[in-house]
Amino acid sequence: MNLAGLIQISIGAVLINNFVLARMLGLCPFLGVSKKLSSALGMGIAVTFVMAMASLCTWCADAFVLAPYGLEYLQTVVFILIIASLVQLVEMTVQKFSPLLYESLGIYLPLITTNCAVLGVALINTGTNPYSGRAFTFVEAFVNGTMSGVGFTVALVLMAGIREKLDLAPIAKPLEGLPIAFLTAGLIALAFLGFVGLGFSSFAAGG
Amino acid sequence: MMSEELHRGIFKENPIFGLALGLCPALAISTSVFNALGMGCAVLFVLIGSNLIISLVRKWVPDRVRIPCYITIIATFVTIVDLCIKAYIPVLDRQLGIFVQLIVVNCVILGRAESYASQNTVRKSIVDGVAIGLGFTLSLVAIAAVRELLGSDRFLGYTVIPGFHPILFFAGAPGGFITIGALLAFFNYRRLKKEKSVH
Repeated sequence: MNLAGLIQISIGAVLINNFVLARMLGLCPFLGVSKKLSSALGMGIAVTFVMAMASLCTWCADAFVLAPYGLEYLQTVVFILIIASLVQLVEMTVQKFSPLLYESLGIYLPLITTNCAVLGVALINTGTNPYSGRAFTFVEAFVNGTMSGVGFTVALVLMAGIREKLDLAPIAKPLEGLPIAFLTAGLIALAFLGFVGLGFSSFAAGG
Repeated sequence: MMSEELHRGIFKENPIFGLALGLCPALAISTSVFNALGMGCAVLFVLIGSNLIISLVRKWVPDRVRIPCYITIIATFVTIVDLCIKAYIPVLDRQLGIFVQLIVVNCVILGRAESYASQNTVRKSIVDGVAIGLGFTLSLVAIAAVRELLGSDRFLGYTVIPGFHPILFFAGAPGGFITIGALLAFFNYRRLKKEKSVH
């Protein structure tokens, strides 16, 4: 097990190639659920969980079913169906075993199916790992999925914190609502650009 | 009827500036007008196709499983587009990357399937697909035009103002956010001004 490689993937997924702020994936929930800090955290945790599970399932489906039979052209259809059923399964499991968690996450779970971050990480995992130059292994795909989810959560929570403060600020009428949210996101993204300095050599911005 | 629908799709219910749907591709691939046109045409095709099929089968699809059915139909069209782009326009494929496959989860398409095609006739649904698809394409091109012009001093690959030093900021991710925010604010300003003059 190459620990250094996994750490590289983690730092890359959370800070350098942040799913929302650098790759621009998962923007709909990023803008839709970032009005309150508590719901932002709930959504982030739910997405992280689904992304980790989806990475495992889609990697297995790709490596053991699609690739051996030359069916890679079915990737999109198979992946989205896996993700949709996975979200349903997670929803039912959480509802059965932890009603308390379900109550706080419940409304976000169905939304995750159409979150492009989940399908995005599944597709990125089928490509090559920019740090090793080879295809993602099972563990690497899992770490990439989990850490991309953590990166999504970080961005969402940062944004929610700022938007809670923005509610109290006097804002020009045309900028109210989405425009100011976009400008804020732009400034956060600008700050995250600084993390590119952490980048490791031969790093390629996929996506 | 057609022009009315087009007006609705492009202005009143513009997917990006009016309803704030489908934002991921709007930001990620709007670095050049060429990419925006390619993405817009891909979405237009998928939208027309999925609207057509969904309005055809709308009476046989049970209510409880309609979303998975819609997603499968959409995914099929996305696969068609993806393979065509890979085969015929490899340049565009390299530029758009995974965003072609991510059209599946573009909320504009599922939104139209759920709110329009599943309740309307085939003909109306196709017109709706054309109108919304054109609205999406035009907004993408608008964002891309600003970003390409300021970020690399080009329009469709041709240099516009010789000697103008491009502002790289607009080609990157933060520039995308700022551009779309500014454009949204501009359209809001226009709308507010119009409303004021009416009263």
